[in-house]
Amino acid sequence: MEYFLQQLINGLTLGAIYGLIAIGYTMVYGIIGMINFAHGDVFMIGAFIAIIAFALVWTTGLASIPLAILLVLVVTMIFTAAYGWAVERIAYRPLRGSFRLAPLISAIGMSIFLQNYVQLLQGARIKPLPPLISGGVILTEGNGFAVQLNYTQMIIIVVTVLLMAAFTLVITRTALGRAQRACEQDRGMAALLGIDVDRTISLTFVMGAALAAVAGLMFALYYGVVDFFIGFLAGLKAFTAAVLGGIGSLPGAMLGGILIGLIEAFWSGYFSVEYKDVAAFSILVLVLIFRPTGLLGRPEVEKV
Amino acid sequence: MTALLTVEHLTMRFGGLTAVDDLSFTAAAREITAIIGPNGAGKTTVFNCLTGFYKPTVGRLTLAHDGGTYLLEQLDGHCIAKDAKVARTFQNIRLFARMTVLENLIVAQHNRLMRASGYTLLGLFGHPRYARAEKEAVELARHWLERTRLTDLADWEAGNLPYGAQRRLEIARAMCTRPTLLCLDEPAAGLNPRESGELNHLLQAIRDEDGVGVLLIEHDMSVVMQISDHVVVLDYGRRIADGPPEAVRNDPAVIRAYLGEEEDEELPPEIVADLGGTP
Repeated sequence: MEYFLQQLINGLTLGAIYGLIAIGYTMVYGIIGMINFAHGDVFMIGAFIAIIAFALVWTTGLASIPLAILLVLVVTMIFTAAYGWAVERIAYRPLRGSFRLAPLISAIGMSIFLQNYVQLLQGARIKPLPPLISGGVILTEGNGFAVQLNYTQMIIIVVTVLLMAAFTLVITRTALGRAQRACEQDRGMAALLGIDVDRTISLTFVMGAALAAVAGLMFALYYGVVDFFIGFLAGLKAFTAAVLGGIGSLPGAMLGGILIGLIEAFWSGYFSVEYKDVAAFSILVLVLIFRPTGLLGRPEVEKV
Repeated sequence: MTALLTVEHLTMRFGGLTAVDDLSFTAAAREITAIIGPNGAGKTTVFNCLTGFYKPTVGRLTLAHDGGTYLLEQLDGHCIAKDAKVARTFQNIRLFARMTVLENLIVAQHNRLMRASGYTLLGLFGHPRYARAEKEAVELARHWLERTRLTDLADWEAGNLPYGAQRRLEIARAMCTRPTLLCLDEPAAGLNPRESGELNHLLQAIRDEDGVGVLLIEHDMSVVMQISDHVVVLDYGRRIADGPPEAVRNDPAVIRAYLGEEEDEELPPEIVADLGGTP
């Protein structure tokens, strides 16, 4: 039982990170119907920017760790969002209105470019982040096993919940969110109502990248190491999460992320760590076969 | 009577096909201008040029109102609504089907809300200026809901509305952009006679009370003859007649275009009646 609880906590933490990345996939898919394959690498860039920001914050001699993390969070979100914006501006906008596969190929190109860009600038070796937060809360103890919720996990879960709430508010309550939903349904009509479609799409990329930045920071805090290749697997898992939840659906992305996180945690806890990715991707295959629209997705209706 | 919209030498070619051929006409503010013509005459193409869906091959489309003069063919898509203040509805209805009726009307007021919300950030923190702007937006939406008799359906998903209500909602949404020119593509299509009579009143009110210029594509001759101040007739992309409705309906060229070339044959009386004349 204690072991189960521990894996549950681990899975939720992992799932929160996947969910944050998955939202970026799902929002971009919703608005332009394209999988942004460079999104995982934007997450990786976020992790690197976080580590650099931590190093810079250290040099200022800031002593308070919560304040340092908050500062790094803001800086990381801003810079990563700028990357997200640039990716859209350079690789996707010029291809809008071109044939469907073109932006997909340029997305893959962008992904390879970003990986190599970071490898060149930061080197291929892993970058460590010294553990900043130690300790945690022991929830229960028994059978010689203590269930621990450590502070990093707590921060990850709390920040994720807050961000999800904020994003839901933006999408459902603000003019920007309404414009995004309008562009999702009919871009031509949205423009006719005076909505700047290009800007709305840009802002969608910016929002997705900002969330990926948070995920990057959390990843760095949680695992303590990053390298230029982490975006690939994390991106693929988050993409799986988005498809599992129903691509285009915001709550779906979060739910999918949490499910993938739990599957991974329980699989590694009870079966084998080596095959945890197999478990996650088998789920993708099964979902695509039995429920192609995902758990919360809505069935695609052909326009007549 | 000043010209709100001036179309000069508009030509639209698709490969070898000339859909609109050297068309010139004007539409005045506070008037209903109807564009009529047989199927394939190029009416919707004119609308698509006006609203930025097509870039005209040749021609100039000038829109002048208090806020300035705009060349529609050079404006970016969203500026046609935002700056030139042209609104449009579609022959095949294009509502945001998965939004509520009220949301459809509020999304049409996007630019005002975006400005008031300080591009979202202020809005998120509940700044009073945004709260006020949003209240105004809801008020305008309620106003148009009332005028289109949709108040009771405000919280429905737009896609679930009955057909006639969807048509009215499209007009309400277009009016919520606060246009100076309203382009309606067959607003009476599929409406029953009672609904179509209501539509006439609505359009007349939009002209007289709101002072909006209306550009109307319509097949239903009773609508055209009753409410339009000015009729432009197209055939094969060319203008074949232009004038007040009484003059146009007796124009031999128009009758020929609608009924084909058959010399020395009396028109059946019901068709003459349909065109609004006396047999």
